[in-house]
Amino acid sequence: MEYTILILLLPLLSFLVLGLAGMRMKHKLAGGIGTFSLAVVALLSYLTAYNYFSLDRTAEGVYPTLQPWNFEWLPFTESLHIDMGILLDPISVMMLVVISTVSLMVHIYSFGYMKGERGFQRYYAFLSLFSFSMLGLVLATNIFQMYVFWELVGVSSYLLIGFYYTKPEAIAASKKAFIVTRFADLGFLIGILLYGYYMGTFTFTPEETNLMGAGMILPWALGLMFIGGAGKSAMFPLHIWLPDAMEGPTPVSALIHAATMVVAGVYLVARMFPLFIAYAPETLHIVAYVGAFTAFYAAAVACVQSDIKRVLAFSTISQIGFMMVALGVCTSADPHHGGLGYMSSMFHLFTHAMFKALLFLGAGCIIHAVHSNEMSAMGGLRKYMPITHITFLIACLAIAGIPPFSGFFSKDEILTACFQFSPVMGWVMTVIAGMTAFYMFRLYYGIFWGKENKELHAAHTPHESPLSMTFPLMVLAAITVVGGFIPFGEFVSSDGQSYPIHLDKTVAITSVIVAVVAIALATFMYAKEKQPVADTLQHTFPKLWRAAYKRFYLDEIWLFITKKIIFRCISTPVAWFDRHVVDQFLNFMAWSTNAAGEELQPVQSGKIQSYVMWFFGGVVVLTILLLILL
Amino acid sequence: MQQEVTLALIILLMLVADLFVKESNSKILRVLAYVLLVVQIAVNIVPAETSAFEGMYHSTQMASVVKTILSLGTLLVFMQADKWLGREDTSFKTGEFYILTLSTLLGMFFMVSAGHFLLFYIGLELASIPMACLVAFDKFRHHSAEAGVKYILNAMFSSGIMLYGISMVYGTCGTLYFADAAAALTGTPLQVLAMVFFFAGLGFKISLVPFHMWTPDTYQGAPTTVTAYLSVISKGAAAFALMSILMKVFGIMVEDWTLLLGIVIVLTITVGNLFAILQKDLKRFMAYSSISQAGYIMLAVMADSGQGVASLVYYVVIYIVANLAVFGVISSIEQHSGGKVERDDYNGLYKTNPRLTFVMTLALFSLAGIPPFAGFFSKFFVFASAFHTGFALEQTGYWVVVFIALVNTIISLYYYLLIVKAMYITPNDNPIPTFKSGVMERAGLSICLAGVVFIGLLSCVYQYLTDTALLSWVS
Repeated sequence: MEYTILILLLPLLSFLVLGLAGMRMKHKLAGGIGTFSLAVVALLSYLTAYNYFSLDRTAEGVYPTLQPWNFEWLPFTESLHIDMGILLDPISVMMLVVISTVSLMVHIYSFGYMKGERGFQRYYAFLSLFSFSMLGLVLATNIFQMYVFWELVGVSSYLLIGFYYTKPEAIAASKKAFIVTRFADLGFLIGILLYGYYMGTFTFTPEETNLMGAGMILPWALGLMFIGGAGKSAMFPLHIWLPDAMEGPTPVSALIHAATMVVAGVYLVARMFPLFIAYAPETLHIVAYVGAFTAFYAAAVACVQSDIKRVLAFSTISQIGFMMVALGVCTSADPHHGGLGYMSSMFHLFTHAMFKALLFLGAGCIIHAVHSNEMSAMGGLRKYMPITHITFLIACLAIAGIPPFSGFFSKDEILTACFQFSPVMGWVMTVIAGMTAFYMFRLYYGIFWGKENKELHAAHTPHESPLSMTFPLMVLAAITVVGGFIPFGEFVSSDGQSYPIHLDKTVAITSVIVAVVAIALATFMYAKEKQPVADTLQHTFPKLWRAAYKRFYLDEIWLFITKKIIFRCISTPVAWFDRHVVDQFLNFMAWSTNAAGEELQPVQSGKIQSYVMWFFGGVVVLTILLLILL
Repeated sequence: MQQEVTLALIILLMLVADLFVKESNSKILRVLAYVLLVVQIAVNIVPAETSAFEGMYHSTQMASVVKTILSLGTLLVFMQADKWLGREDTSFKTGEFYILTLSTLLGMFFMVSAGHFLLFYIGLELASIPMACLVAFDKFRHHSAEAGVKYILNAMFSSGIMLYGISMVYGTCGTLYFADAAAALTGTPLQVLAMVFFFAGLGFKISLVPFHMWTPDTYQGAPTTVTAYLSVISKGAAAFALMSILMKVFGIMVEDWTLLLGIVIVLTITVGNLFAILQKDLKRFMAYSSISQAGYIMLAVMADSGQGVASLVYYVVIYIVANLAVFGVISSIEQHSGGKVERDDYNGLYKTNPRLTFVMTLALFSLAGIPPFAGFFSKFFVFASAFHTGFALEQTGYWVVVFIALVNTIISLYYYLLIVKAMYITPNDNPIPTFKSGVMERAGLSICLAGVVFIGLLSCVYQYLTDTALLSWVS
């Protein structure tokens, strides 16, 4: 499967072409180049997936791990070297399909959404860069390559969030995203270095003896790597950048901040899963607790937000929490006994990418129609935008976990895995699933039903978006409808062997009942023109509502820590020391160097006689020195 | 032997062509020179080990690689010379320029692949005497003529010293073959004196302190292209020759010459840096910069190992592209602005010639050793090889030298950035006007720029050099 290299090269090429010559191109041509290259990448990815999963399973019943390309980039020792290559195994192939599909849809969608926008070519150049980096990340053959692409993904995310660089909020958001994730990446890097040092390799499969000899180091290294993953995947308390990242163009939010980049952390944990499960199960469970708390926290915040993109952002954080929990509750590599979470996490990653991209793109259509992110500008939009309405509803049903939509199947597996781990975890996650259904339908009713903002809509009648924007919605909706019936366990499972998915009846029935109740509650509270219950609640618990609306003041806490504590107590004294001691010392050095130069200047007189004297004197003195010293 | 033969043929061809081509058609000569030099590189691209004249000539694979690198560098110099040679007052001497330059190149070929002191000495002289003519190429310009005189007188003196050293080797060993001399040397005081004399002769070419005094005057006075050639090709060849002879012939005195090198390196880097800070004339500035760079190259010699050889050649390659990029920009600006070479002339250059400024900036960053540019990697490997040897021999002296060199990189950063600052920040009401440089100049600069950016990142380059070095130096 040598052709897989094209999957990386095409977006890179497209980035270079658009980045260097894009500004001279017409909008259509630039967008066409980007979209065409992504279309080819998507086709190649499907072909790869087909070819890969048609391979014979090995004697152990697993799909073989292939490395069609591997190039030794920086050798350190015999075994420790940094490679660049392509690794194909079930999860990387699955990710290929996810990324290229969503990315292609976003490329098509952006034709309509970004039409006439200044910097259209630059936008497509960045999209290509992002696709390249993300594909490189999932195809990495070793942890270091992954890190390199991980940072590249961060850079392209930074560039795209700050795409509207004349808007101060966008600039602030892009900086925040970059700094917070970089801060987390520090942990990742330390983890990698520890791993490399003790394992003697950067590959994902170290020698058995090194694994045994590492002792407590390995759990620490993996935990540090998880910190990097938590930053990218917006786990509490490092999630603060994601809601702000919504300042970027909406298709970007769909691609990067919903479907692909933010699940990189989940992918990282899944990639290291064999090591986690065998050598650091406790660390894995910490992942589960962090994930569960994040899922709960984000769901609670999502219930009161009024900006539709923020609701979706918090829902993304919450759903990624689900995926982390699923990975974290695994207790063994056997999918039948305790390893179910791995499969369900990957399954949910797949279905979530599709329906969340759908939700974001739908939100993009709505924002495009009413020119606002606030729910107060919406309401009653179902008459104006039928396609958006139906597809959005499908996505809401999927995320709420209503059969037969894809989200039901993946979420159900996650809940089953949680109940296997401990009933408490199972119930907690079931409640959060109920909250998910509630806030999603609050959002849905707030946009499409509820109280219509008649004044605004009279001044500017909302309209359905052009086909270039609705087509991706329909495709993604179709995938969301049928996606759940994919026999996912056949392809991806914790020990690689085929695992037939079977629904656990009690869990399925409970979760559906909870979801239906939550939806009914949301219908009761938000579907009508007047919403007395919701208003009463808001007025009865004003403090709680306010705290949740302000995201429990977490941003303020971070600002307090950085500005007040770190800046004032550490940075100020250090700055003083730097200015008065270090700088003065360096100034002295500079002054003495300059003075020495001035003093020496006359030696260079321009007279050949003196040059020759120096020459000969030098020879003699050096010889004498050698004879004396040795 | 093939490389020398083809090069000699090219010189003869150019000589004949020069007779028949009319002065008004000197462009033909320039094209011919490019084509022939490309052919020379192409037919000799595969390194081979050859021996001739009963061992008087012995070319290792590494030497062959070095010769190809020198030819490539010369090609880049030719590209930069394009505009200058097209000028009315120089175009009638185009043929001479090529013949003289290629003759010095041939001399360097013999220097790096000699197996006998006599052949080595002939190569050295062949590389020196035409070089004096090149330095004085603009003979009606006072500075150029003066530089030529200074160069030839100093060269004569250093040759004399070296020849004296060689005669002492002969006197104590009874042979001038490298292999035989190496076996016969024992390290008596007289032989140490011989080694120092020999070292001084090459130290002149590499411009090591205290044999460097001619450098600034000559660099400033010579035509810019010749200065560029002098600063990279001539220096690179001499450095490689010095390393191979010190290791092959004077191997028994390794303690003597590593101490000698240690002293000379510290002096060279420090003095080069101290003087560079004060220079206003860019060519003179680059002279001091190249003196301090020579010190870094010598660190690789001090390593006395296969890794050292590889990092020396690697350093030379990167030094060639980076320094030629700087000189390319200087020469372009000099030619298009009527001879401006002062640092103050460069104030505000960014506004009018952003691309040239960009090339210059990256090249200066590389010379200063800022990652991720190539210069960082070359410095890194040179330091690492010296450090490694110090570690293996448990001699703290190596570490001291490496440390002083490291401190000096910071000083060098300062003066390289002075130029960057002048170009970008210092305000200027009438900066050098925008101009469009010729195709060849731009092509040459593009190659240099690509080298500065990519050579460091391509790990295969260093890997290849290490493999070749280990093949040639199984010691």
